[in-house]
Amino acid sequence: MPLLWLFLIVLAIAATAFVLSRSRVLAMSGQDRRTLHSLPNYYGSNAAMKSAIPALLVLVIWLLAQPFYVNNAVSGMIPDSAIADSSSRGLVLAEVRRAADGLDLAVARGEMSEDEARNLRTDFTDVTTRLENAGAIVTSQITQPILRAAQRFRVMNTIGSQIMAVVVLLIALAGAFWAFRETDPVFRARNTVEQGIRALLIAAASIAILTTLGIVLSLVFNTIEFFRLYPASEFFFGTNWAPSFSGRGGASDLGILPLLWGTFYISIVALIVAVPIGLFAAIYLSEYASPRVRAFAKPMLEVLAGIPTIVYGLFALLTVGPLLVEVFGDDGLGWMQSGTAVMTAGLVMGIMLIPFVSSLSDDIINAVPQSMRDGSYGLGATQSETIRQVVLPAALPGIVGAILLAASRAIGETMIVVLGAGAAARLSLNPFEAMTTVTAKIVSQLTGDSDFASPEALVAFALGMTLFVITLGLNIFALYIVRKYREQYE
Amino acid sequence: MYDAPHYTTQETAVTDVKIKAKDVQVYYGENHAIKDVSVEIENNTVTAFIGPSGCGKSTFLRCINRMNDTIDICRVEGDILIDGDDIYDKRVDPVQLRAKVGMVFQKPNPFPKSIYDNVAYGPKIHGMARNKAELDDIVERALRRGAIWDEVKDRLQAPGTGLSGGQQQRLCIARAVATEPEVLLMDEPCSALDPIATAQVEELIDELRQNYAVVIVTHSMQQAARVSQKTAFFHLGYLVEYDDTSKIFTNPEDSRTESYITGRIG
Repeated sequence: MPLLWLFLIVLAIAATAFVLSRSRVLAMSGQDRRTLHSLPNYYGSNAAMKSAIPALLVLVIWLLAQPFYVNNAVSGMIPDSAIADSSSRGLVLAEVRRAADGLDLAVARGEMSEDEARNLRTDFTDVTTRLENAGAIVTSQITQPILRAAQRFRVMNTIGSQIMAVVVLLIALAGAFWAFRETDPVFRARNTVEQGIRALLIAAASIAILTTLGIVLSLVFNTIEFFRLYPASEFFFGTNWAPSFSGRGGASDLGILPLLWGTFYISIVALIVAVPIGLFAAIYLSEYASPRVRAFAKPMLEVLAGIPTIVYGLFALLTVGPLLVEVFGDDGLGWMQSGTAVMTAGLVMGIMLIPFVSSLSDDIINAVPQSMRDGSYGLGATQSETIRQVVLPAALPGIVGAILLAASRAIGETMIVVLGAGAAARLSLNPFEAMTTVTAKIVSQLTGDSDFASPEALVAFALGMTLFVITLGLNIFALYIVRKYREQYE
Repeated sequence: MYDAPHYTTQETAVTDVKIKAKDVQVYYGENHAIKDVSVEIENNTVTAFIGPSGCGKSTFLRCINRMNDTIDICRVEGDILIDGDDIYDKRVDPVQLRAKVGMVFQKPNPFPKSIYDNVAYGPKIHGMARNKAELDDIVERALRRGAIWDEVKDRLQAPGTGLSGGQQQRLCIARAVATEPEVLLMDEPCSALDPIATAQVEELIDELRQNYAVVIVTHSMQQAARVSQKTAFFHLGYLVEYDDTSKIFTNPEDSRTESYITGRIG
């Protein structure tokens, strides 16, 4: 049974349960609705909730668990001898899945009967050719163990889906029946629905948190794999970044330092641009601007934050780069070779961060109590004296937090760097030279056609993990500072 | 017995008027908050402004040091003269004026700085000290006048926000007197304090009268009776009655004043 149908049937059961429970409780209450504990719709919602949610939950868990179970079972069928030296169990399993898909396709097209697909043997028929004829993608000659595994794979999946459909429908019906039985005027349906809503909200929050955990785990395993192939000390302290794509292992230098240097250099240039401009803009908006100017200027500034970074990248590549070359290039001061440089990417990234800094700082400056300003004005201080000596010191921890958050965004930025800073990994102090960052290199290491199991590709995960740890540390530090500040005026 | 002091204060009123307001009108946008207020505030006297909430007493107080200038929609008409000079004259810099007319606010609002820096803030801005020693002197004198020196002299570098509410308010008074003002405006200075801290601040106010003209807005009629020599009763934006405190509280002329001090309105 297709998944969509199963889903729709569960919903139909829930809808029916809603209507039935609602009419049942109405019938039981007779004429006087005040004898009901809750509004009739709550009884209906309770029934719909109890029939749909457990069933759908089981459906989701089953869908997640079945591939694991089937893969494990099938994996056990493949003897170690069937795995070639240059290959791995994972690759063989992928082949099994492809063969199973091929069989499905052949059956669907009528080139093979269901019976044949289940009982074919490589010794009697040339399965590979027949599958290719049916239009399936087959990468290598299908051997008997693989074919048998693929057949088993198909059978297990089919049976699994059937059992799943039955179980899910039974749970939905049982839930509906249960809710229908407990529906009577004294039942506290309203409170039950309230609990259901609470559970829904908790689930949403946990999904967000668990996803973060999942991202970390996916990085961790590949990072560990990378460090098994490449020494960690050379990765963290190597000053040369020269991955080789020709051979495997050995020849590559994968030192992170040039990339980290590029990242920090560009981020620093970006912050030097963004922090003063953003901060001054925030001070103007929160302290000097009239409400009318503020109502107009603040959204305009925040429009900057909505521009996709790839557009900023284009701006760097087409406008800022050439402009800088004109001034600092061979025709001008002669410091700059081409438009892609640390300066180009840093300037544009700084522009990108302005609304980030200004918007956060603006909120923080506004949070400084008016009584502080009154106190200062009352002593005969001017507006700028008040801001410099009272408002900013009071807001400083929050502003530092805002700057750190901006820094972690700068460190994680990719597209502007790819388009604006070039691709050369080098340790240099000249801001008019091309450099590259950790993020840009992650992109280039994973989009190449190198073998996924090689250190050249796996290094991307180690880079990602390093970046993740750095930005996470910055964010935690920033949040800590911001929170500490917030407590001051409680 | 009763008439004699009444007579002498009348005498000083004629000779020593510090602040003279004439036909003052204040508008917040469309709202006419202060209507035709004329009053003469004497030097070396505590003058109390009383009246129900929203009657305009704080608004009028804030006109005296032009704090209302910081509110965009606020407009002030009429004349307010300090020592005969119109403070709303175009040539008067409100920032300079506020150094001369100190203000203490309803809620203690020490800056998030050390106790020392809180008091030194005004003198530093106005360049009153040529060196560190002079500044130290000014700070000590201000803290002594604020009757808080003994409590904080050993921890001048501790943050001002760490003091208790009453100490914070006395710190704010010390901060205000550090700039050597001639007039001290106090906007319900004790409303956030407990009775003990209130008593300390009231005692302080009485001492400050030696050097300044003190104007205090208060909701507590007992406080007005305790600390002030003159009392002005505001109602709905009008100055209803202005006279010696003893007269206002014993024998008010206006029926509205009597209703308010006996608790029938307000």
